[in-house]
Amino acid sequence: MYQILKKKALNPTVTMMVVKAPMVARKAEPGQFIILRVDEDGERMPLTIADYDRENGTITIIFQIVGATTEALNHKEEGEFIQDFVGPLGKATETEGLKKVAVVGGGVGCAIAYPVAKKLHEQGCEVHSIVGFRNKDLVILEDEFKNASAKMLLMTDDGSYGEKGLVTDALRKLIESGEQYDEVIAIGPLIMMKFVCALTKQFGIKTMVSMNPIMVDGTGMCGGCRLTVGGKTKFACVDGPDFDGHEVDFDEAMARGASYKPFERKAHEEICNLYKMADQA
Amino acid sequence: MPNMSLKKNVMPEQPADVRNKNFLEVALGYTPEQAIDEAKRCLQCKHKPCVGGCPVRINIPAFIAEVAKGEFEAAYQIIAQSSSLPAVCGRVCPQESQCEQKCVRGIKGEPVAIGRLERFVADYHNQNNTELPEKPVSNGRKVAVIGSGPSGLTCAGDLAKKGYDVTIFEALHTAGGVLVYGIPEFRLPKAIVQKEIDGLKALGVKLETNMVIGKTVSIDELMDEFGYEAVFIGSGAGLPRFMNIPGENLNGVYSANEFLTRINLMKAYRDRSKTPIQHGSKVVVVGGGNVAMDAARCAKRLGADVTIVYRRAEKELPARAEEVEHAKEEGIHFNLLTNPIEIKGKDGWVDKITCIRMELSEPDESGRARPVAVPGSEFEIDADCVIMSIGTSPNPLIKSTTEGLETQRWGGIIADEETGKTSREGVYAGGDAVTGAATVILAMGAGKNAAAAIDEYLQNK
Repeated sequence: MYQILKKKALNPTVTMMVVKAPMVARKAEPGQFIILRVDEDGERMPLTIADYDRENGTITIIFQIVGATTEALNHKEEGEFIQDFVGPLGKATETEGLKKVAVVGGGVGCAIAYPVAKKLHEQGCEVHSIVGFRNKDLVILEDEFKNASAKMLLMTDDGSYGEKGLVTDALRKLIESGEQYDEVIAIGPLIMMKFVCALTKQFGIKTMVSMNPIMVDGTGMCGGCRLTVGGKTKFACVDGPDFDGHEVDFDEAMARGASYKPFERKAHEEICNLYKMADQA
Repeated sequence: MPNMSLKKNVMPEQPADVRNKNFLEVALGYTPEQAIDEAKRCLQCKHKPCVGGCPVRINIPAFIAEVAKGEFEAAYQIIAQSSSLPAVCGRVCPQESQCEQKCVRGIKGEPVAIGRLERFVADYHNQNNTELPEKPVSNGRKVAVIGSGPSGLTCAGDLAKKGYDVTIFEALHTAGGVLVYGIPEFRLPKAIVQKEIDGLKALGVKLETNMVIGKTVSIDELMDEFGYEAVFIGSGAGLPRFMNIPGENLNGVYSANEFLTRINLMKAYRDRSKTPIQHGSKVVVVGGGNVAMDAARCAKRLGADVTIVYRRAEKELPARAEEVEHAKEEGIHFNLLTNPIEIKGKDGWVDKITCIRMELSEPDESGRARPVAVPGSEFEIDADCVIMSIGTSPNPLIKSTTEGLETQRWGGIIADEETGKTSREGVYAGGDAVTGAATVILAMGAGKNAAAAIDEYLQNK
């Protein structure tokens, strides 16, 4: 059992938790993920590590409430326990030798982009962060990104905060203004990563993306997380989750990501009704 | 006077058209009367050929003699000297190619039903003897066992009985390995596996779940920082193989590992499960091994019309004859001498699978007839779900994080056949991680041999 030491709502649908997991914190690196089960007979859910503290033995996770499992997780309070918490899984993001990088985060994906930006910043790399959200209410980690970046651009779809537009608009502007990046690291919704990659391909800038497909075990056993990279089948859990974005088949990944949508929607409704009933009682 | 019936006592089982709609155990086990009657078929041969056919050398005639007398607990004690998982082996061992194949009664008629008797004795013990084994006096020396499947459980049990301080590290949230995520409830009830694990805990074995060795900690850290003097690697078969044909990443295509893990470990067959599974209406399972039979029979129980596609003929099916028989009785179709060449999709989902007919030519390096495609014989099968069950390749996590651990070109860990000793001092390995996908009993045998070798190594250290 793994205790929740701290819980904070970052916006109405995104929650941060600090979880006591010393064996995971010992080795965790940006880009790696954990798998958790909220309670006995819960499903196994992968979440990318948002931060870690080796000294205190904690892992920070940030998740968006989108389905039954994230809903159940969000109902856990500080001091309560998560049934299972295993990691760190997957390969760490490669940051060595990078001198100037554009880190692009979209929505809750910013939670994963942030530790990467922080690590790059700490090793003396010039980080330009571009973070995008649908609107002002959904903005997370603004100060954190500011502190880890030489330049930071915040975009909203509706212009309610920062600049109006998409992250790709901002990235294009930076590139066209003459900024030369060793690499672009893009983490967010599949559709965002797809368009970032389409853009950087035009300019010939290497782009790494973090894939977050459906997974069961997370150790290479089930193959559920497979995706096509450069025409070859790869397993996100052991070969990734980071891949060369110019090689990833995003359309296939989007179709695979939607395979359990009806089940997920129904499960989410059911659990919401349960919580409502519990609240009324 | 022995029972000279040429036939085994038939074991009662659920009728096929009832059991193919539920996940309860198929075979129901002998009654005491049936067990005694069957035990009397044993001739008590002096040279005991059956024992030579058993990977863990159970004294088979001795335990059967006790069954014949009605001394079931005494029979159990004889089995327990050699096997740590009798209730499991009595159910899933391929007895027909091991002990029973060597049985003298099999020369004329059917061999003694050794497997069914083992199962009966183990179940009798589990029902009537609730006392857990006593914890042996500890010698204070720490041994790590990686993986809680059949090889790891056996190795841990044997070392614990000798007084070692054993910790099993399991990557998943539940112990049992393939016994829990792979073999379905209707073939091996999970309560039986849990009972065996509780027995190990009573012996003092510690169990750490959620520990992925090679990720959470490495073997070097276990030995250098955590004080383990020896390590046994029983990490299992690894990554599922795919055929690399077009359409394999369509929605509705599973590896057998994923399909079975969702159903068995994550209980997706239950109505209230939080883990989803596709309830296909027409399912094609590709492959002919025991895992393919398990996947097909699970899909059938979820309500599908199921076809097994296999590229060789019936006689080459690698699955146990009993499993093939059970699958057929349950209404699963077999499309033999057939190989898939493409999976076709509609809106991102599986719609059809294109296959080609095969014919057999001269034997290949595996000794089995080589299947060759018949030109122009392509045809389509309607399917909304395809399950690939064509084997596994070793997991790279341990190999890539353990310097000096030598592996075969195909990735399997190189280990001495007799002792499980690897190229790293104090590190032993066994089971599917060494041999590639094989059977529960072979993995148990490897775990047993390694436990003896680890004991000898540590005594001389």
